[in-house]
Amino acid sequence: MEKQYIDLYKAHHSLIKQHAASVMNASRDASFALFEKLGFPTTKLENYKYTDLKEVLSPDYGLNFKRLDFPVDPYQAFKCDVPGIHSFLYFVVNDAFYPENNQQNVDLPKEVVICSLKEAAEKYPDLVAKYYGHLSTQKQDGLVAFNGVFAQDGFFMYVPKNVQLDRPVQLVNIMRADVDFMANAHNLIIVEEGAKAQLLVCDHTVDDVRFVSNRVTEVFVAENATYEHYKLENTHIKTTNLSTLLIDQQASSNVLGNVITLHNGLTRNNIEIALNGENCETELCGMVIADKKQQVDNFTAVLHNMPNCHSNELFKYVLDDVSKGAFTGRLYVAKDAQKTRAYQTNRNILLNRTAKIRTKPQLEIYADDVKCSHGATIGQLDEQAMFYMRSRGIPYEEARLLLMFAFTADVIDNIRIPALADRMKMLVEKRLRGELSKCEGCTICQ
Amino acid sequence: MLEIKDLHASINGKEILKGLSLSVKPGEIHAIMGPNGSGKSTLSSVITGNPSFEVTQGSIVFESKDLQKMAPEERANEGIFLSFQYPVEIPGVSMVNFMRTAINEQRKYRNLPPISATDFLRIMREKKALVEMDNKLTNRSVNEGFSGGEKKRNEIFQMAMLEPKLAILDETDSGLDIDALRIVANGVNKLKSPENATIVITHYQRLLEYIIPDYVHVLYDGKIVKSGGKELAMELETRGYDWIKQEVVV
Ligand SMILES: Nc1ncnc2c1ncn2[C@@H]1O[C@H](COP(=O)(O)OP(=O)(O)O)[C@@H](O)[C@H]1O
Ligand SMILES: [Mg+2]
Repeated sequence: MEKQYIDLYKAHHSLIKQHAASVMNASRDASFALFEKLGFPTTKLENYKYTDLKEVLSPDYGLNFKRLDFPVDPYQAFKCDVPGIHSFLYFVVNDAFYPENNQQNVDLPKEVVICSLKEAAEKYPDLVAKYYGHLSTQKQDGLVAFNGVFAQDGFFMYVPKNVQLDRPVQLVNIMRADVDFMANAHNLIIVEEGAKAQLLVCDHTVDDVRFVSNRVTEVFVAENATYEHYKLENTHIKTTNLSTLLIDQQASSNVLGNVITLHNGLTRNNIEIALNGENCETELCGMVIADKKQQVDNFTAVLHNMPNCHSNELFKYVLDDVSKGAFTGRLYVAKDAQKTRAYQTNRNILLNRTAKIRTKPQLEIYADDVKCSHGATIGQLDEQAMFYMRSRGIPYEEARLLLMFAFTADVIDNIRIPALADRMKMLVEKRLRGELSKCEGCTICQ
Repeated sequence: MLEIKDLHASINGKEILKGLSLSVKPGEIHAIMGPNGSGKSTLSSVITGNPSFEVTQGSIVFESKDLQKMAPEERANEGIFLSFQYPVEIPGVSMVNFMRTAINEQRKYRNLPPISATDFLRIMREKKALVEMDNKLTNRSVNEGFSGGEKKRNEIFQMAMLEPKLAILDETDSGLDIDALRIVANGVNKLKSPENATIVITHYQRLLEYIIPDYVHVLYDGKIVKSGGKELAMELETRGYDWIKQEVVV
C-alpha cells in the first residue's frame, strides 16, 4: 500500500516541489524518509488499534500535484450549514485556497492575513518559516509524515499582536473531484500576543466518489491570546477524514477546541494541545453522532508541560446501528507542572447492541500537587426518564429524542458564539430526528 | 371510568399484584392505603403502562378502552395522570420544553393545533400560582436539584397543566410539611370536577383530612383486602395495619 506512494514521490518529487511553497519543501525529504520508515499506521500500533485504515487507504486515489484548478464555484456548489453567523468566509477546495471575492470579508482588519499558505510563504517568508512544521515535524506519526511528503498548500491565518477579531473566521473545506481523490493540506494559524481569533472549520464533500483528506493544522497561540477552534464535520459516507490538529499554547493563553461530527464516513481526529506556558486555560470538547457504518476515532492529548494550568475535556458520543466510536484521552502532566488542574470526561450512549465504543483514558501524571480526574461511561437511555416522559403523553420517539438532545447539550453549551450554538442545536436536533441522515447539501448518502 | 378486574402483575418474574379488583366512577375520590411493599406503587405503574411490569392476568379498562393494548403515552393522552412517588430527574431537558412538548402532544392526540406561545405562558403562570411554585423551578431541568417537596409540587403543577380525567397521586404527601401539604391538597381540590376522578395512594390519614375520599381501600400483599368509607382511614390511623393482616390470615 505504501509502496505506490513511495514510488510516486520518487518519480514526481521535483514536480511536487515545483508547485509548492519553498518553506514546505525544506522538510519534505525528511518527511519522506520518516514515512518510508513508519508507513501508514496499522492497528498493531497502540495509538491506532481501534481504527483500521487499511481498507480506506488501499484504493487508488487521484492526487493533484500540478495544482490544476478544479472547476467549482463554492458559492454555488455548497449550501452552508452555518449561514448567518456573520463570519469572514473562506473556501478551500481539496487543498487549494479558493480565490477570494467575498463582500463579507471587506471588514477584515488590514493587519490580519488570511490567504493560501503558498501565498503567505511567498509574501511573508520569515513569518511562515518561523512557525511552519515546528509542531508537525516533531510527530512520529505516519499520517503526519505522509502529509509532509505530499502537502503543497493549505490555509493560512495570521492575527497579529493585540488584534481581536470580533467576528469568527469560517473555513469551508470542500472535497470536489470526478474520480476517487486524495488531498493533503497543511494549515498554519498564528495568533500573536493578546490577539483573539475564532475559527469555524466546516468539512464537506460534493461528489459521489471516494475521498481521503489528510490535513495537518498547526496553531500557535501566544501569550495572553485567545483562540477558539470549532470543527463541524458533515461529509458523506464515502469520505475518510484524517485530521491532525496541533496546538501550542503559551502563558496565560486561552484555547477552546470543539469538534463535532454530525455525519461522516471514517474519521480520525488527532488532537494535541501542548500547554507550554503557565496559567493556560484549555477547554477541549467534542460530540459524535453516528449511525450506519460510520466510524469516528478521536485521539486526544492534553499536555501540561508547565505549572498552574487548567484543562477540561469533554467528549460525548451517540452511536446507532453498526457505527463504531473510539475515544482516547491522553493527559500528561510533567514533573514540574505543579498546581495543574485537569479534568476529563467521556460519555457514550449506545442506542442498540450492534454499535460499539472503545474508550481509553490515558493518564500520565508526574507532578504531585495536582487535581486530576477522569471518567468514562457507556450506557443506554435512562429508562425511568423515558417512562416519566411517556407518562406525560410524550411519544416514545420524541422522548428518546429529548433525552439524546439533552445528552449533547453541554457540548453545545461550550460554544462561545451564540449564533453558532443556536445553529448547532438545530443541526443536532435535525440529525437526531433522522432528517439529516445524509449530510446537508449533498444527495449522495441514502 | 376505570374497571380493574382480577389483576395479576409481576416484575422480573416476581408476582406483586395477586388478583386486584377496583372500580372508579367519574367524580369519585378513592384512597388506597396499605403497608410498605404491599403493591401500591406497582398498581399505579401498571395502570400507567410502565414497561418494567408485566400483566399476567386480568383486565384494566378505562372508558371502555382496554389499557393493556395502549402505550404509556396513549394512556396519558386519554387522560390518565400519575403523580410519581419518586419523580425522575431529567438533566438537560428544561421544564418549559418538557411541558410544551407534553401539552402539544396531548393537543395533537386530540386533533388540535399546537398551543400559541402566549397561551402557553399564560397557562404556565396560572398553574404555577395554583401550586405556589417558585418561578425559578420552571427555568431549570426537569426535577434536577429540586428538593423533595419541590418535586411533589412539580407533579401537581404538571397535573394542573395536563388536566387529566383520572389522577393517581402516589404518596404525594410524603415528605411534605404541613404548609406544602395544604397547598398540594388545595391544588388537587381545585382541579376536581364531577367528570374526573382521583386515586390517592397514601400511608397516612393526614392527607385525607384535606382531600376527602368517598372510598378507602386497604391494599395488602397484592390484593384489596378491605374497603370502606372515609372512617376506615381513621380506624387505620388509630389501630395501624396489624389487625388487617390478622384478619387476612384468619
Ligand atoms: N423493580 C423491582 N424489582 C423487584 N421487585 C420490586 C421492584 N419494584 C418493586 N418491587 C417489589 O414489589 C413489591 C411492591 O412494591 P411497591 O409497589 O413499590 O409497594 P408500595 O408502593 O406499596 O410500598 C415490594 O416487595 C418491592 O420490593
Ligand atoms: Mg410506593
